[in-house]
Formats: sequence, structure tokens, C-alpha cells
Amino acid sequence: MSLAAEQSNLPAMEVAFQGEALLVDPRGCLFWPKESVLVVSDLHLEKGSSFASRRNNFLPPYDTHATLERLALCVADWQPKLIISLGDSFHDEDASLRLPQSCRLAIRQLMEGREWVWVCGNHDPSPPENLGGTFCTEMIIGPINFLHEPKSGFRPGEIAGHLHPAAKIRQRGKAVRRRCFVGDGRRMIMPAFGVFTGGLNVRDRAFDGLFAEADLQTWVLGKSAVYQISGSQLVA
Amino acid sequence: MSQQSLSSTGDENLPFFLPKPFEEWFAGHGWQPRAHQLALLSKAQAGQSTLLIAPTGAGKTLAGFLPSLVDLSQTKKPKPGEAKRGIHTLYISPLKALAVDIKRNLEKPIEEMGLDIQVETRTGDTPVSRRQRQKLNPPQILLTTPEQLALLIANKDADRFFDNLQTIVFDELHSLVTSKRGHLLALGLARLRSFRPNLKTIGLSATVAEPDDLRRWLVAQPELGEIALSEFVHLQGGAKPDITILQSDERVPWSGHSARYAMGDVYRAIKAHGTTLLFVNTRSQAEILFQELWNINEETLPIALHHGSLDVSQRRKVEEAMQRNELRAIVATSTLDLGIDWGDVDLVVHVGAPKGASRLAQRIGRANHRIDEPSRAILVPANRFEVMECQAALNANYIGAQDTPPLLNGSLDVLAQHILGTACAGPFDANELYSEVTSAAPYAELHKDQFEQALDFVSTGGYALRAYEQYAKIRKTEDSTWRLTHPAIAQRYRMNCGTIVEAPMLDVRLTRKRGRNAAFQGGPILGKIEEGFVESLAVGDTFLFSGQTLRLEGIREAACYVSKAADTDPKVPAYAGGKFPLSTYLADLVRGMLADESARKDLPPQVREWIEIQKLKSILPQRNELLIETFPKGDRYYLVAYPFEGRMAHQTLGMLLTRRLERARAKPLGFVATDYAIAVWGLRDFSAMIDKREITLEGLFDEDMLGDDLETWLDESFLLKRTFRNCATIAGLIERRFPGKEKTGRQMTVSSDLIYDVLRSHDPNHILLQATRADAAHGLLDVRRLGDMLSRTKARIVHKPLEQISPLAVPIMLEVGREAVVGEAQEALLEEAASELVRIG
Repeated sequence: MSLAAEQSNLPAMEVAFQGEALLVDPRGCLFWPKESVLVVSDLHLEKGSSFASRRNNFLPPYDTHATLERLALCVADWQPKLIISLGDSFHDEDASLRLPQSCRLAIRQLMEGREWVWVCGNHDPSPPENLGGTFCTEMIIGPINFLHEPKSGFRPGEIAGHLHPAAKIRQRGKAVRRRCFVGDGRRMIMPAFGVFTGGLNVRDRAFDGLFAEADLQTWVLGKSAVYQISGSQLVA
Repeated sequence: MSQQSLSSTGDENLPFFLPKPFEEWFAGHGWQPRAHQLALLSKAQAGQSTLLIAPTGAGKTLAGFLPSLVDLSQTKKPKPGEAKRGIHTLYISPLKALAVDIKRNLEKPIEEMGLDIQVETRTGDTPVSRRQRQKLNPPQILLTTPEQLALLIANKDADRFFDNLQTIVFDELHSLVTSKRGHLLALGLARLRSFRPNLKTIGLSATVAEPDDLRRWLVAQPELGEIALSEFVHLQGGAKPDITILQSDERVPWSGHSARYAMGDVYRAIKAHGTTLLFVNTRSQAEILFQELWNINEETLPIALHHGSLDVSQRRKVEEAMQRNELRAIVATSTLDLGIDWGDVDLVVHVGAPKGASRLAQRIGRANHRIDEPSRAILVPANRFEVMECQAALNANYIGAQDTPPLLNGSLDVLAQHILGTACAGPFDANELYSEVTSAAPYAELHKDQFEQALDFVSTGGYALRAYEQYAKIRKTEDSTWRLTHPAIAQRYRMNCGTIVEAPMLDVRLTRKRGRNAAFQGGPILGKIEEGFVESLAVGDTFLFSGQTLRLEGIREAACYVSKAADTDPKVPAYAGGKFPLSTYLADLVRGMLADESARKDLPPQVREWIEIQKLKSILPQRNELLIETFPKGDRYYLVAYPFEGRMAHQTLGMLLTRRLERARAKPLGFVATDYAIAVWGLRDFSAMIDKREITLEGLFDEDMLGDDLETWLDESFLLKRTFRNCATIAGLIERRFPGKEKTGRQMTVSSDLIYDVLRSHDPNHILLQATRADAAHGLLDVRRLGDMLSRTKARIVHKPLEQISPLAVPIMLEVGREAVVGEAQEALLEEAASELVRIG
């Protein structure tokens, strides 16, 4: 069995959000079956070459390729009609220009037969060069608003990225820290999908005021499963 | 006075020249120049590089500097208007504090003889203004560290700066050469030899197993296949140290590392002596010991704490108090290990096992730093195996055996750093640099294509996918030399140079604020602590640091904020760094002790009884046998093996064994490794499975486990990721510091784990992965040692199925459940946390 086939039946977890049933995938993407929408956030494509061009720091130049490979597996599994890349799709404004030809083709292939929306992020405020897809600052489908940066204050139905949430738990005196989805039923923040992206503890100040503490839940990404862990179990 | 004997290579009757003021100075103190000092002087005056091995307190330092002092006393002062003469002698020591200490010791004879010689130190602590001044107006003798040397030779005018250099003295050479620091230093030495082809080297060392390794290291190596050696002066003998093992009426515990049982005895020993140095192996042990001593310090004796994580100013205070003889005891880790001579220490107490006979000899050398008086030392084993280890070390010290690790080939990450450093100094020709590099002993066998790979790595990252040509750091120009593409790269090199990669550290800052939303800032810094350790704590947890119980309040940027806790029973710092594995040599002696009753005669009765009961209940293995016991306990089945190969090798063995047991459907659940043994547990009866030949121990412990299994496991191993981080940092892929902003690694870099994963799947032959695997083979995973053990015990496995736990198994069984969580086990914890929610819900 190929690796792709092995991973295709990954157990995703169903999460109720604003009356909709969403599927949280342990690879870090979100699928909305009713609308056939696949959402990924913070791909940070060409982060490697960004480091190289800005400060001659030569990270392995394979990150875009690896991120797109991971995305292709998810797309093959869910066969969405629409893909939303929820901002910071590219690590910097010139990143889409530096995109290797093979990666450009890979994105085009993923776009084939479906719609693609680039939501703008702080790293990529303008549309990528020559790649197609729709570019917007916010995408609204039914009760859900998809945008990159969560807005402060109460706003039901918002799904955002930007913060790269990670959950840290302590169990039997040992700490474990993983990327996660975090939400309180009114808002949800997605984990970063790019292979060179890290995580920020949900208990960091950056998350202050975004969620109702009493309803805080995280969906923690394990190797091949998603674990739902409530806010009360998270540590700083 | 004790017996000493001197041997030396080459012409024994070389003439030496000792000027009158020197003779008078010796005579004025009622001394005579020692034979080894004169032997070294004559060799140096004949232009020869020499290794001097002598016991502590033999006047090694003076011997090393005597040739330079004599030479400098004969040179005329430059006339006004004449160019300054520059550095004549460079002294390299492994420790900053040692350089400072040597300066004090050297200034005395210089002053007393009325010589006009300037001696200055240059370390990481030297203020920038003085460093600048030293460049314009260098002293004749400069005392410095390997890192500072690397910085000096990466300077544009390095060749001019070292224009007059005659001699380099390497102190504590045995400890310098065994690490990557030694690799970088060897390359630096090769560079200096290019500037000054007639440069003399003098190596000062404690006794080592293979002196020829050091002799090679000191001189330029010729073509591949040939070997050049320095001259050698060897002084043996000296007073035998007076070492005892603590005889306590208290019961020695089975396991653990705190030695709490012995505190009363240790305190009495401190009271009975002037100044006591207490050595431990890890920072956490130091913290515990310090606290335990103060708990019973009824007479409030001045007892201080000294370890590498404490703030510099705090350490200096302790050092100064020690010099003034104001302290009765100092609890220290390896920061005080090497030849430092402070105050009048008359007792060394070593708490915990020494782990290596050489290390023990070094530490005991601290007491009574004079060759003709015996040093006094007490060993305090923290558990029963450590009692055996201490006894073995003690025997070893008497027979003068040494167990310094063998020298390894120079690593590729260090080479990459050196290539960039060379480019920072100026354009270079690749072929010339290759010849220079291979003249350094650790790189004598370096292949040209490996050198090319390192060069390519420095230039554009060395990836199979040539993506970064346009951003190259160094580039080959029309005159076929390699040059830096931008001066800013040199600045960044200087900020990141060096080979000591510490775990990312956070400042520990004291605050009064509490609560999640407190705005932390400022507050006094108590020291530094590993980020990884802080990450394992939750806000509100307490831990021991700098002798106090602290409560974690929060982490902000590069600092963790703590408050003083009333809690007296803290959560103790976990083991991190500083844990040495049991040396191969001591391990062999401990095995010998189990096998041979007469070797056990000096052990305390309670330990002897323990071993005798083992003989009754199970088996005492022969020296070359590997004992394996299997027994049930609770609802689980255990397999315990006793290889005595050190925790790192055992950890690797544990990973490999569990894989094999899994494949044999023995359903292993986990394992734990100590320095002495490894225990695996599972759901099926190991004894029955072995009986029915469902598994064979020969098969389980076959050497071929180091093949495919190892490869597969290695790739997943968190230990390998840690090793990769070190290599990537040394090679410059991960930069610790950036100009302008003092940001921490966590903000500015991509996590090395992520880089490792991507590199492994897309460029498996990358030079950094090569360097990582080479390191893993010797370092963290100790694969080589494991291989030696497997081949030694082949067909010598003795199995004992038991109804219940054996006496020898008790210590490791107490460790079960204390192991770190890795890989799959983390998933289990997540699952557990998630199911708790379900229960609550």
C-alpha cells in the first residue's frame, strides 16, 4: 500500500460550529462536507527562499514542495469543490514570484476542476502573481466568515488563522505540545499548515479576549488522530 | 616526598639556557627548576613542539611558560617610533576562569624577576574597549579561549596581528581535544601555522590513555598515510591521593542520585576541615545538595553554590570569596573542574558516582594543589551501584589507569564554520585551504569531496536542488579565490562563532507579580535555565534554582518570570545536560567486581550482602557475560539486562529491543535505562516465550540490530533531532544571534525539528545529516559502544528466569515510570487527556 493510500482514511473529528458540521483533519485542514469546502491556513509557501533572499540563511529549499504534497493528499481525500487558503499563503510579497515552476504546476493541478480562494494575510497582502484563483480579504459562506486575522470583540461565525495555535497539556507530570484548532463555538482558529511553521501556545497573551474561557475547546493534532481537549486542561 | 620519574623523547642532553634572574628567582624561593621544566625549556629553545604530561601540582603552568618568559626577557624593548612587536605567546585554556587564574599566577614571577612583560586575558567577558585596544596594542602574552582564537583569526588583519607569534601553549589539552571545540581549535592552529610556519606548540596535559594522539594534534600532519609526532616529556608519580569512600551508618538507597542519606556525615566532614569542595555531576544535584546542607547547617557555616547556569556576577562573588578563604564549602558542578587553584581547599567531596576515573583524578587534584602532599578526598555514592562504581574508580586511581575518550575525526559542521571564518578574514584559495585543513590532525583523513561539500554548504546551503545560487554567502571570483559576498555576513559570523551549543536558555527573572495577565518586565536575573525544562513546567509549578525554591509565573520573550515560593518541597529540575555516561573502563571494573569475590572485599558490608543475595537468588555474571533476568511483577512481565554500558548506549539498546520484541509479538509496553541496566516490560510472559523458543535471546541481542533497525529508529529519534540541532547551529544554518535585535531563537528561526523532517525526506545525503549521523554514532546514542558490547557478549548470554524480582534488579525497577515521554508515548498521553474530558463531560 502506498503512503498516500495509507493516510487517506485518517479519522477526522466532527465539530459542530454555528449549526454546521465541520470535519477537523489531523493533518491540519478543515473540511465542510455540506458545502464541499476544504480550508487550510498559513501555508507560508517559500519561507525557505525568503530566509535565503533576505539574510542568506539557507533553509532546505523543499518546504513549498513538501507543503503542497501534504495539501495534495488532503485534496485527494476530500475532493472539495472549493479550496480556501486562509491567508499567509505565501511567506512574503515576492514569494509567488520565486515559486519554482514545478510548484506552480502543482498548484495549478490542485486548482483543476474546482474553485480556489486566496484570502489575504499580513504576509501576503496582494494577490499572488500569475496563479489564478480568487483573491479576497474575507469569504462568507452561510453562517461562517473566513478571514485571516481574528478580529477583536465578539463576532459569531468567524474562522481565522494567523496565530498558529498550539495546545500544551500536562499528563502524569509530562508536558506534550502540539498544533491544534481552538474554538468556543462562536469563533475558531486554525493551525498553521506549512511545513516550516511553528505553533504559539493557546495560553499566550496573543489569544487573550478572543474566546469565552468557559467554552474553550481545542482539537489537538496527533499523528493520526485528533484529540479534543478542553481549555481547563491546557497549561501555559 | 614521593617517587617521580621523568622520561622524554629525543636528545636527553639538549642544552638549555636559563638566564641569571631566573636562577636567582628559583633560588630566592628555595626552589630548583624541576627536571621536566628544564627538559621542556631545552626542547622549546631548540625550536621543537612538545607535549608535557605531568600530575597536578607539578608546576606544569610554569613549565609551559618558562621558554616564553626566558625568550621575552632577552628581547630588547622596541625603541620609540619602532613598530610594536605584537603577540609573542598565545595561551589557550578551555575555561575562561582558568585564563584569569593563570594570569594571576604568571604575574607573580614576572614581577618578582622585574621582567617587562605584559600579560593580558581576552575572553567572552573582556569588555569591548579592551578588546579593541588589544588589537592595536597587543600584550606579549595573551591568555584566551578557543572561541576567542576563532574570532581573532576571522579578522581581516589576522595575519598581521599574529606576525610575531612564536609559541602557543595549550593548557588542559586532554580536555580540549575530545570535543568539537578541539576540532575548531585544531583548524585555528593550522591557520596560525600558515601565518607562521615555524610556530612552536606546547601542550600541557594530565595523564591520558593515548599520548600519541595529543602529540599528533600538536604538529602539522604530512601527506595522508604519514604521521608526525611532537616531542614528549612525561613526568610520572607524585603523591598518591588519600581517597576514601564515605562509610555511613545509614542505609545506602537502591536508586536515586541525591545522597540525602549521607548529609549528616558530609556536614561533619565539612566541619572537620578548613575548606571543602563538593563536586556533583549535574546542576540539579548541586541544587539539592546545597539545600540539604543548609537544612542541617546549624552553625550557619558559609556554604556557597557554584554552577554554570548561575548569573556571572553571582559566580564571581563566590569565586572571590573562595580566594579570600571566606568559605567553608562550595557545592559545584563541572564549572570548577579543571586546573583552577583557588584558596586552600583541603578536602574534596565527590557526591554521586564519578562516572570516569580520569574525571575523578582531575577533581581530586583540586585539594592541596601541591605535588608532594597527598590530596584528600571522600567519595559519597548515592546508591548501591554507585558504591561499586566509586570503589572501582578508587582502585583505578591507585593503579593510575586512565579512561580518556579516544580522539574522533573532525566533524563537518565545524569545518563549515571554519571555512566561513576563513572567508571573513579574506579571500582564500580552495586548494590551499584544503591542504591547510588536512594538516590538522583531526582532519588528516578528510577527503577532498567532503571538503568540497562543506564549501558548497557554506556558499549556498549545499542542497541537491540548486535554489540559492543568487544568494551565495561566499562565491568563487575571477582570480579563482573564494570571497565573502557581503561584509554583513562577517558580522553575523562573529556573533555566532563557536561550537558550544547549549540548549536554548531563558533568563530566570525574579518578579513579585502573579497571575496569568500580570505584565512582567524587568526584575533581577538569577541565572539561566534550559527552555526545554521550563516548557515542561506549568505556571505555578515550583523548582529549585540558585539555592531557592521558585515558582514559575510566566514566560515572556527570552525570560521566564519566577517568584519566591514558600513551598519547601519543590518539583526538582529534571536531568538535563552534564550527565556523563559511565566510562567503558569503569564499567569493566564494575563487572569484574560482580564476577570476582576478592574484588569485592573493600565494599561496605551492606553492599556485599546485596551481591551475595543476588548470587543465591539469581546469578552473578562472569566478566564477559551478559546476564538477562525475566520475571513477572504485578500484571506485567519484565526483562532486565545488565550490560553496564552507560545510559546513552542503554537507551539506544532499549529502543531497538522493544522494536524486536514487538515484531516477535511479545507486546512490549516500555523500557527504562540506567547506567548499569535496562528493563523492558510487556504483557506477555518473557520467560515462557524464551522457554518455548518463541523468542531467542541470541536473536534478540544479535549484532545485526545495529543495521536496518537502527537506521529506521534513528530517523525518528528525538535524540537525533537534538544532535541535528547542534550540527545545524555549529554549521551556521541556525543562527543564535542576529545583529541589531537581541531576539531569541524561538522568534527568529524555523524550528530545527521541522528543518530536519523536511531535509530527511527530500535530501537524505545532505552534509548536515552526514554530520548528525557521525555524531550520533559516538555521542548521544553511543552506538559504537553498544556494538562493542553486543560482539563481546555474543554467545555469552546467561538467562535466568525468576519467580520474582532479583536483588540486582531492584534499583532499575525503582526507575520504572520515571522515563521521559517520547514518540508514541506522547500520543498515549494526548489520548488519555482527551478521554478524561469525556469522563468529565
